[in-house]
Amino acid sequence: MLKDFFSKKRKYASIPREEAKQDIPQGLMQKCKNCQKIFYRKELIKNLNVCPNCGYHHQMPAYDRIASLFDEGTFEEWDKELTSANPLRFPDYEDKLEKDRQKTELNEAVVTGAGEIDGKKASVAVMDSRFRMGSMGSVVGEKIARAIEKAGEHSLPFIIFTASGGARMQEGVLSLMQMSKTSVAIQRFSAGGGLMVSIMTNPTTGGVSASFASLGDYNFAEPGALIGFAGRRVIEQTIREKLPDDFQTAEFQLKHGQLDKVIARHDIKQTLSTLLDIHQAREERS
Amino acid sequence: MKQVLEFEKPVVELREKIAELKTYTEDSEIDLTDEISTMEKRLENLENDIYENLKPWDRVQIARHSERPTTLDYIELLFTDFLEFHGDRLYGDDEAMVAGIAKFDGKPVTVIGHQRGKETKENIRRNFGMPHPEGYRKALRHMKQAEKFHRPIICFIDTKGAYPGKAAEERGQSEAIARNLMEMAGLQVPIICVVIGEGGSGGALALGVGDKIHMLENSTYSVISPEGAAALLWKDSGQAQRAVETMKITSYDLKELNIIDEIIQEVRGGAHRDVKQQAGYIGKVLTDSLNELGDLSKEDLLEKRWEKYKQIGDYAELDSE
Repeated sequence: MLKDFFSKKRKYASIPREEAKQDIPQGLMQKCKNCQKIFYRKELIKNLNVCPNCGYHHQMPAYDRIASLFDEGTFEEWDKELTSANPLRFPDYEDKLEKDRQKTELNEAVVTGAGEIDGKKASVAVMDSRFRMGSMGSVVGEKIARAIEKAGEHSLPFIIFTASGGARMQEGVLSLMQMSKTSVAIQRFSAGGGLMVSIMTNPTTGGVSASFASLGDYNFAEPGALIGFAGRRVIEQTIREKLPDDFQTAEFQLKHGQLDKVIARHDIKQTLSTLLDIHQAREERS
Repeated sequence: MKQVLEFEKPVVELREKIAELKTYTEDSEIDLTDEISTMEKRLENLENDIYENLKPWDRVQIARHSERPTTLDYIELLFTDFLEFHGDRLYGDDEAMVAGIAKFDGKPVTVIGHQRGKETKENIRRNFGMPHPEGYRKALRHMKQAEKFHRPIICFIDTKGAYPGKAAEERGQSEAIARNLMEMAGLQVPIICVVIGEGGSGGALALGVGDKIHMLENSTYSVISPEGAAALLWKDSGQAQRAVETMKITSYDLKELNIIDEIIQEVRGGAHRDVKQQAGYIGKVLTDSLNELGDLSKEDLLEKRWEKYKQIGDYAELDSE
């Protein structure tokens, strides 16, 4: 019957034929980057951008991350109005920024603020790799440094989700100096007893990996995330040797003692909640 | 063989010609004194013209000159009683980094620096001045010790960058650099950093968080090598010269960007022309910096260090709608 046909809920997308695969309607369907299976976009988003088939963690927009983490209506954003200038008057930089602003609806590659996780207040910085590959320029450095300072002032824990290719070339040495700026901020925060948690997501490399991403009291990563200082190609060219497939993955870093734990995206909120709880319990006692 | 840089070829040629004429005059009856003095005048003008108008790319060539003085060259000339110590106590000893204690103007200091080699054999031993994590951890061990014994720290920065290798990644290159940035921020003794050659990226910065950052006139400090930048931006490493202009990496650029404190004057034509005189220029600045910082309380020192880094950056604010 016609009625039956409409009410029938299809839980899975059928696998399209080869020629159909090349013709995915934009926005409606999304192909898993790892297993190539095709899903409804909505289905993937509901699953926190983790592939229901193979578990691959796709990049997560900053505001989606925030929504997945904080209790509803508790998040308050900081310094949203900060935006990149073009200090070196680098050709085309402003156009590139404008394009990314429109594409992502973000002002820059990081969103900072504070909210509550299971009722426990925490400050956060969430990087978004869709904006200039999450690269760190003056604004990213400034927003993170300000967030850390504010966390210190209000005695809040500071949680950072990193997703970055490293320094922003178009800001040259100013971008390099953001590594020291954020690190000095963390030192002050840490010396004052502040708790910092770093969660590295895909990718966390270069100058971001070699500064705040590695400076948490706890350093975590999402499964499969690319984490490292130098790029694979640069290393291969330098040592003239092919690197293993798992090189610089979160699992590789865990094995080499560089991480506390690899945590699946679905478990991050719970782990953070427990961790904050343990730290709060200490504060209440003292 | 002395390395002759492209831009100074006319000077070298003219100098050779003058020398030739001088020998000729000595050996023969003909008096060429007038000609020689005219040419010497011309040489002076030419030198002024070239060396007073160095382009960024020329400075990069000087910074990379094979005879450019290294950390150990300056240590020998600037300090007395230098004792070099080795090892990070965790994995090994990285010879791309040297560290030790010494006296400067008769007062104890800790000295740390990247160390290149000057010929192939030494360069291999020192990994071309590109440290592994153990180099940064050795540096940090010495910095902590400096703090314990209340010695100021002097860092010489001279590296193309931290070594991009497999073992370096496995042993936590990122963490080693990050740790140094953070720890240096909190050390309760004065830290003076001097870029003496190439200051390449995070590998340079890991010795570069201090109360004073100085650069030799012809040194560079950048987020990526000019070749790397060109490859990344224009997919052509041959455009390094263009990248140098765009990326703003000379001492004058960094002074203008408000990142460094002082440009240390260089011997004309580059520090390699007269290492002793160059060490003198550096020594003078070190003395001034140590005197200035020595008067600060620990609290003021750390507060000022934070303020110094806090202001670095350039951004705008959108009108909130």
